[in-house]
Amino acid sequence: MSFRFFVNGDPVEVEVPGMRRLLDVLREDLALTGTKEGCGEGECGACSVLLDGAVVDACLVPICQVDGTSIRTVEGLGAENKLNDLQSAFLETGGAQCGICTPGMLMAAEAFLASGGPSDEDSIREAIAGNLCRCTGYRKIVEAIAQAAEQRRAADPHPA
Amino acid sequence: MTRTLPPNSQPTAAPDALIIPLETRVPGRATTSLPLRREGPAKLTGVAKYADDLVFPGAWYGATIRSTEPHATLVGVDLAEAFDWSQVVVVTAADIPGDNVVSLIRDDQPILVPIGGEIRHQAEALCLVASADRETLRAAKRHLSVRTERLPAVFDPLESTEEFSHLEVGQGDLDVGFAEAELVIEGTYRVGHQEQLYIENQAMIALPHPDGGVTVHGSCQCPYYIHRALKRSLQLTDEQAVVVQAETGGGFGGKEEYPSMIALHAALLARKLGKPVRMIYERHEDLSATTKRHPAVVTHRTGVMRDGRLVAQEIDVVMDGGAYCTLTPVVLSRGVLHAGGPYRCPNVRIRGRAMATNTPPNGAFRGFGAPQTEFAAETQVNRIAEALGMSPLELRRLWAYREGDTTPTGQVLRESVAAPEVLEAAAEASDFVRHTEQTGRARAARASDARSASGIGLAMGWHGAGFTGSGEVHIAGVASVELTDMGVVRVLTAQTEMGQGTKTIFPQLVAEELGLEPEEVEVAPQDTSIVPDSGPTVASRTAMVVGGLIIKAARRLRAQVEAVTDRPFPDSYQLFARDHGGMRVDERFEPYPNVQFDDATYTGDAYPAFGWACAVARVDVDLDTGEVIVRDVVSADDAGRIIHPVLAEGQVEGGTLQAIGYATIEEIKLVDGRYLNDRLATYLIPTSLDAPRIEAILVEKPFSGAPHGAKGIGELPMDVGAPAVVAAIHDATGVWIHDLPATPERILAALTGAPTPAAPGVSVRAPDRGGA
Repeated sequence: MSFRFFVNGDPVEVEVPGMRRLLDVLREDLALTGTKEGCGEGECGACSVLLDGAVVDACLVPICQVDGTSIRTVEGLGAENKLNDLQSAFLETGGAQCGICTPGMLMAAEAFLASGGPSDEDSIREAIAGNLCRCTGYRKIVEAIAQAAEQRRAADPHPA
Repeated sequence: MTRTLPPNSQPTAAPDALIIPLETRVPGRATTSLPLRREGPAKLTGVAKYADDLVFPGAWYGATIRSTEPHATLVGVDLAEAFDWSQVVVVTAADIPGDNVVSLIRDDQPILVPIGGEIRHQAEALCLVASADRETLRAAKRHLSVRTERLPAVFDPLESTEEFSHLEVGQGDLDVGFAEAELVIEGTYRVGHQEQLYIENQAMIALPHPDGGVTVHGSCQCPYYIHRALKRSLQLTDEQAVVVQAETGGGFGGKEEYPSMIALHAALLARKLGKPVRMIYERHEDLSATTKRHPAVVTHRTGVMRDGRLVAQEIDVVMDGGAYCTLTPVVLSRGVLHAGGPYRCPNVRIRGRAMATNTPPNGAFRGFGAPQTEFAAETQVNRIAEALGMSPLELRRLWAYREGDTTPTGQVLRESVAAPEVLEAAAEASDFVRHTEQTGRARAARASDARSASGIGLAMGWHGAGFTGSGEVHIAGVASVELTDMGVVRVLTAQTEMGQGTKTIFPQLVAEELGLEPEEVEVAPQDTSIVPDSGPTVASRTAMVVGGLIIKAARRLRAQVEAVTDRPFPDSYQLFARDHGGMRVDERFEPYPNVQFDDATYTGDAYPAFGWACAVARVDVDLDTGEVIVRDVVSADDAGRIIHPVLAEGQVEGGTLQAIGYATIEEIKLVDGRYLNDRLATYLIPTSLDAPRIEAILVEKPFSGAPHGAKGIGELPMDVGAPAVVAAIHDATGVWIHDLPATPERILAALTGAPTPAAPGVSVRAPDRGGA
């Protein structure tokens, strides 16, 4: 079957079985290996991507549900030599250690930042509660997200 | 907030006086701004390539057929006639050209159980299959069956008669000590398995060479362990076996020894097939089959005087090694050496033994035996404080090692003893005395129908830096700094980056010596065809031992270049390379001065130096459900010298959370020797909502044997978190939890007198197989 959707703004079309996991389509069919697999059953969040702006575990989403939607992955954030504000905050605070949870963590954080809600520590911890990290103890991740939230608020004090 | 204590500081000084500002010049520390994580941008953009991200055209998928019994004879492997076996390749033990052992300490663990051989644990590897696609692979696995004859299984290390190792350390005279003691306190403490739970599963990809050699790319801590294993079992030369570390998504010890097994499996399939083979574990297989932290039973008998003096410690440690030896003797040794805690005692005897059971082998995990025995030691100390009516802080002030004290192996602690400093730093930052008074008042005033309670608890610990005993001398690691003929400085070591920051601090240390910026120093890839064997990336030895080697190498490189150019290195090294070509300086480990250990008698300097730590935890306990919320933890850790404060804090914060998980929720249940909760839905680790606020306090008491004074930091926080939480639970509820984790079931049982849940780490027998 054929499915059309957008990945990081670019239109794509894939010919695959409808129950093929979005994770496999991204990693194997589209060679976007930034999205990671940690458990394959929606527990760790390493494969978090944005589907029409909402955080989903790409290991639990069959490609038939992606038809007509817009997917955003870590590859759609900044580049190595031009990190976006959230990536820079992770780099500066030490929010990435081994890095395997980082792409999923960044996508969960992007969705949180885009939601425009309060960015106190409890709200940030709630927003990333579906993303496991075994290295950091989460503190520096929370600091990075808070720093990015502060920067975005300063840049756009009255979001629409 | 980070506060850093200067060496020899008085812990009672005003807090501000304890801080070394980042701008202050200390060896190895960046003097301007801290370098950012070297591979950070690649990780943050998805560009970094972990094993499963690597693409090798034409690669097949490999899988492992595993035992479903804890102890049996493998009678045969049957391939069903209904399946077209031409589309898969099958490997059995008969396909192994060399020794059928995973080369480590003892030659007991087979790569694959041979026909007629002994299956010693559930999920043991029996044979291998590979196919061009996953669907065919799954079908092949369904059509392959194994015939076995069941043998009796042993699950309890206390019932096992098969010993991997034993040892005893001690000093003084126990009889004299206990005769003098006015109070004798006994306790038995048990801890179960803990899974490392790196978020990236184990993964290896093998590429066959036309000459029979093989290159493996994968997730690992110790490329040269794999290199040795491949050479021996595939009968390869040094050059024919090549191991390349892929970006590694966490290790924590779990990728110390097990990657040799999976690399051998992938390599055997790839050689038989003649194509690359991907061996990528799914989480379920990883949890079922790979190593865990050793369960242990630790028994204490302690003699004290009414005034608090410690006069006798008798400690017995039994560890469950699982079915094969792996690293167990070394884990036991570290556990025993740390079992008394960081306390001065004239009469000590510590005995340890590691037993075999028919459960999957246990192996390395951050702390390496010490978290088990230090949990027991600290809980015992806290119980003694209660029995004496003393504050746990006061008792430790009385007991904690100071410079000049002697450990049970006869090691005189000549320098770098920061036990008093970490104790005071953690007590002060956590406001321990005031909070203890508050929780004490609340406990006294608590109504009998109260629904919740709060408590605070303190524990301290020590961790021997680097390998135990003569380990570093035996390893004799070599690390290099090279000026290439292109005029580039690069560091060559086998030290792997798995998140802890190796690739960031090594250029920092070398740049500091050469007068360059860290960005001007490159790091050679962890590829055994390129870098020397500087030893494994374990035992908190990277910053201390290998960091020391590259500093010395850089100093020699600088001297040799400057002797020729007669100008400062930064101004002349590129000209030197243009005119004279490249230069590589190899630095081999030399024993630290005045550090001597006798392996035969287990006496002397067990470690060149120790790191010191103290944690204070605050908890809320739900008295109806027994649930514990860890609210905050202060951890003060002395690593000699802090090379990179942000990375060091990351080690303390992450290690502390692993200790919190160990204390509260991480437990593996077994039936018939099989891990029951072998999925992420059932093996739980702390999320961001479970994690307490963690404050890391970095303390510096340098070790003079290392050129930069560093002692290592990775494992320290793992030793102290769990007993601090258990002490806090006691402060809240008045009950002592002797078995980890302190689950709601165990807490409720202690509160209500209900039957205590089964001991952690010991398998229940299969209901249908009785005592088979």
